[in-house]
Amino acid sequence: MNVPFKSGSPIDRRRFLGDAARAVGGCLVAGTFLARMATDARALPAQALRPPGALDEAEFLGACIRCGLCVRDCPYDTLALAELGVDGAATGTPFFTARDVPCEMCEDIPCVAACPTGALDHGLTDIDDARMGIAVLIDEEHCLNALGLRCDVCYRVCPVIDKAITLEVEHNARSGHHAKFMPTVHAEACTGCGKCEKSCVLPESAIKVLPIRLARVDAAEHYRLGWEDRQPLVDELIDLPDRLPGPGTDNLVTPGGFEPAFKLPEALK
Amino acid sequence: MSRATRPPVGQEAIAVHGWWHAHRFLVLRRISQLFFLGLFLLGPWAGIWLVKGNLTSSLTLGVLPLSDPFVFLQTLAAGHPPLLTVATGALAGAVIVALVYALIGGRVYCSWVCPVNPVTDAAHWLHTRLGLKKGWQPKRGTRLWVMAMVLAVSALTGSVAWEMVNPISMLHRGLIFGMGFGWTLVAGVFIFDLVLSRRGWCGHLCPVGAFYGLLGERSLLRVSAANRAACDDCMDCFDVCPEAHVISPALRGSAGTSPLILSRDCTNCGRCIDVCPESVFRFTHRFDDRTSDDPVQATQPGATRAA
Ligand code: SF4
Ligand code: SF4
Ligand code: SF4
Ligand code: SF4
Repeated sequence: MNVPFKSGSPIDRRRFLGDAARAVGGCLVAGTFLARMATDARALPAQALRPPGALDEAEFLGACIRCGLCVRDCPYDTLALAELGVDGAATGTPFFTARDVPCEMCEDIPCVAACPTGALDHGLTDIDDARMGIAVLIDEEHCLNALGLRCDVCYRVCPVIDKAITLEVEHNARSGHHAKFMPTVHAEACTGCGKCEKSCVLPESAIKVLPIRLARVDAAEHYRLGWEDRQPLVDELIDLPDRLPGPGTDNLVTPGGFEPAFKLPEALK
Repeated sequence: MSRATRPPVGQEAIAVHGWWHAHRFLVLRRISQLFFLGLFLLGPWAGIWLVKGNLTSSLTLGVLPLSDPFVFLQTLAAGHPPLLTVATGALAGAVIVALVYALIGGRVYCSWVCPVNPVTDAAHWLHTRLGLKKGWQPKRGTRLWVMAMVLAVSALTGSVAWEMVNPISMLHRGLIFGMGFGWTLVAGVFIFDLVLSRRGWCGHLCPVGAFYGLLGERSLLRVSAANRAACDDCMDCFDVCPEAHVISPALRGSAGTSPLILSRDCTNCGRCIDVCPESVFRFTHRFDDRTSDDPVQATQPGATRAA
């Protein structure tokens, strides 16, 4: 039972220091394992998507307390809490698998409203701004549209149709005289809801929602896209004195300007 | 008296006071544990959503947020800005829970709410039945070190560290949301308590218990060995107490010392009250330090019969 400390006695002090050292040592070992687990847990598997408004994974793991209130308030049972050793996401954190149950993009975003910690950012008020991931047409060899057929299912189910996903007409090189309607995702509008992945008619989806960290790269800063970026790179060199109107300018339709040999289409005039 | 020659623990209390009296707090505690678990299970099992969530955070009747202050502390250590939680409920929930336990005794959580308590109690019961050795007994302060370690790891890794392994969450969340292999951690605690260390988990290592103990340091609700003059040294209370070291200062204190069990480790489980055939213990508040050894109230002069 309690041996009262006779403070100052060197034996007690030595014993106390010994005990403390053992406790600290044990905690260091246990702490190392725990830290290892905590850092490992950041490796969210690609198919596990976080609910709308989830903070960046590293921040999310420091904020989400694994209460499951978001899970409970999702009317479509989209979300689940990860189970130890079964789902890859950090144990107890909410996730969904698009191919099983996609996010229906509720207008009132009940999952976010339910979150008591702000792990799901309450600043998200328009579900169209959610970025749970980005859909990628991952198998162009099996996608029916890519083969030149008209399936279009992923396109038609998209809640942000014509903005997040479009059908881009391409030449069908196989037949030589048909078109292909390529499902094409536009990251600036895709919410990552996974409706397209859920609905793909193939046995496994040819279009998949990937985490943004996998699906997107940063544009190289030193490339400028001349057709988007009208600002000249080096002002002094490019900003020549304007000589308008007259021959040699690029003002094609100004009287006196350069007239090409061919006829311009009416719309450009 | 040695254990071999003594009647089984609690036998005397049953003989004197009857079975119910000798088990009332144990039974009430099990009812309480079932009640709190049941509240959470009512939703997923019966579709009656009085309470949503789990012990780390919940919403009762759609209005009352409750959050585990220790988990909340870990989010703070992990660097999650507390301001974000002001409007969302976690802060208010953690404050409410902290206040309640600061009042009624932090470790009331351990003995009346925590779902791991029945597990470690079962391990201890079997441990005693099998007559196993005490095993490894880490120092009392160990759990505080573990608690500090958990907060440090949370800070270093920026994540809610203990929730990666917390057997309480594994069991509680597991029952409500799906367990996966979470049961292995619960089984681990059971086996640890059974063969490696008597009362090892809740009594020495669990950082959640350590945190709630600190929280209840100044709590109001206390057990008092008020009638300590009547103690006949049967030792039954020491046998049932999960934190037996808390009893001596109160029970064995000389006249003039407080009969209150003031240690933060006491879980307010009330088992000592149950099994004492001499009705030495009772629940009271921390300012009530009346004892039967006060001359005014002494009812049983020379009551120390046994030896
Ligand atoms: S937006 Fe709606 S469907 Fe999507 S996860 Fe949230 S609650 Fe579920
Ligand atoms: S409601 Fe928030 S804190 Fe709770 S599990 Fe969902 S994301 Fe995590
Ligand atoms: S995930 Fe698919 S369905 Fe959802 S917004 Fe993006 S393209 Fe549309
Ligand atoms: S649903 Fe599947 S097969 Fe059909 S167009 Fe979309 S990705 Fe291709």
